[in-house]
Amino acid sequence: MSATVSSSTEARRQVEKWAQWLRQYPNVTVTVEGHCDERGTREYNLGLGERRAASAKRFLTSLGIDARRVATISYGKERPAVVGSNDAAWSQNRRGVMVVN
Amino acid sequence: MRAVTKIVAVRTYVATLALILVCGFLPRPAGAELRIDITRGRIEPMPIALSQLSGLQPQESQIGQDMTGVISADLERSGLFRPIDPRAFIQTPAALRSQPPRFADWRAINAQALVHGNVELQRDGRLRVEFRLWDVFGESQMEGRIYTAAPQTWRRVSHIIADAIYKRVTGEDGYFDTRVVYISESGPQQRRIKRLAIMDQDGANHRFLTDGRNLMLTPRFSPSLQEITYLAYVNNRPRVYLRNIDTGQEEVLGDFPGMTFAPRFSPDGNKVVMSLAEDGNSEIYTMDLRTRAVQRLTNHPAIDTSPSYSPDGKQIVFNSDRGGSQQLYVMDANGDNVRRITFAQGRYATPVWSPRGDLIAFTKITEGDFYIGVMRPDGKDERLLANGFVVESPTWAPNGRVIMFFRQGRSDSRGQGGNSRLYSIDLTGYNEREIITPVDASDPAWSPLIP
Repeated sequence: MSATVSSSTEARRQVEKWAQWLRQYPNVTVTVEGHCDERGTREYNLGLGERRAASAKRFLTSLGIDARRVATISYGKERPAVVGSNDAAWSQNRRGVMVVN
Repeated sequence: MRAVTKIVAVRTYVATLALILVCGFLPRPAGAELRIDITRGRIEPMPIALSQLSGLQPQESQIGQDMTGVISADLERSGLFRPIDPRAFIQTPAALRSQPPRFADWRAINAQALVHGNVELQRDGRLRVEFRLWDVFGESQMEGRIYTAAPQTWRRVSHIIADAIYKRVTGEDGYFDTRVVYISESGPQQRRIKRLAIMDQDGANHRFLTDGRNLMLTPRFSPSLQEITYLAYVNNRPRVYLRNIDTGQEEVLGDFPGMTFAPRFSPDGNKVVMSLAEDGNSEIYTMDLRTRAVQRLTNHPAIDTSPSYSPDGKQIVFNSDRGGSQQLYVMDANGDNVRRITFAQGRYATPVWSPRGDLIAFTKITEGDFYIGVMRPDGKDERLLANGFVVESPTWAPNGRVIMFFRQGRSDSRGQGGNSRLYSIDLTGYNEREIITPVDASDPAWSPLIP
């Protein structure tokens, strides 16, 4: 399973859904991926993706999910969801993704 | 755990290389000598005649022709020399073997400098190359050298000769006998395959170091040349690795709880400085490669990354968003005395200290465009040298006069057009050249001069 979040209010709703799902399947562990758009430099974006993933993880744990079930990884700008150098694509590429381990 | 700095690998293609200076047989006249001042802005390239290095046997002749081609291409790409079409030459390579240059013949084609020489395969199987550089108008020898080396190293000998010519005429060290490690890219953007590759600075002797199974980013050379450090995603763990280029031996650097990234060697090669991300916060650390001691240098909730040492090892420049946006900061090598050096509009990133110490190269993002630029270490005298939709990852030639970077194009909604290529540009902002690679390329890192 994998799910994606991008903008912040939508992100909160999505992370709440992830939390719900994680409560339903208490034995699975997941990895939250942090991704960025191509309009930043590579190394800084790695840091930014990490910040994004960690913030989703913090929100999950604030919703009662055991932190040990949630790993994080940053891909910076290395794994865009969609191609294209335009605002719509960049907005979709700034995202958190939850992947079941 | 092996001691990284102790490894002495035998370079596969480097043989011992002997050098003898050849004495000139004409006195140098008084007066101004032939010279290019490369600190000036736009320079008219110096017309230079490269007479084919002459050989008596067909095999020697062939090596001479190939070597002359490499030397000519090096000098031409520097933007400082304009090799004259050999079809215009009056005095032949054979004539130059037995007689001094007929300067009037070379002046007639407007050559300011003349290079000629001989190639011989010795009875012991070694290659002997002799070359001389002449000031055509001064009618004097500027340089003369003899090299003996294994025949398969003819390319390296050619770069060394080009470096000798460059140095003699400009007064600065050359940069032709160097290599570039970079990331070779292929496949669709969403599943890009990125692998380590290495080549000579002119694109020759290209080889892939990894097979593309693991995502690899941001390789950098050790001052020792045999090692590189880079970021690799192995089993979904992004960590900094060290690799011996010749043996292929690879090891993860340290045992850190989170992602380590943005590695660079210290100028003495004994440390790697890098970022470690923990709970979303990226801080700068060093690891001593001999003792494995880890030292934390920054302590701030902002993203602190892309550290680069000054050549004397006393300071580190890095980028941080602690001021709200991404800017450049300099600190002492122990993390003390952090001060911001950029204040202009835009975001600043990927600072790299020049090997001469006088400048810092950087990436700037402003009003939707990316730029490669240089500034003094105090942040003053910013000059932008190149731009594009994305330009990033400046790296210095060891003489501190040329910068290489990559440029990525804008891609359309089908993912077409987002190609990424390597370029070099002079510090003057002129002479931008593409470095040809087999496929797309990014994250170049220039080696020091090969010892």
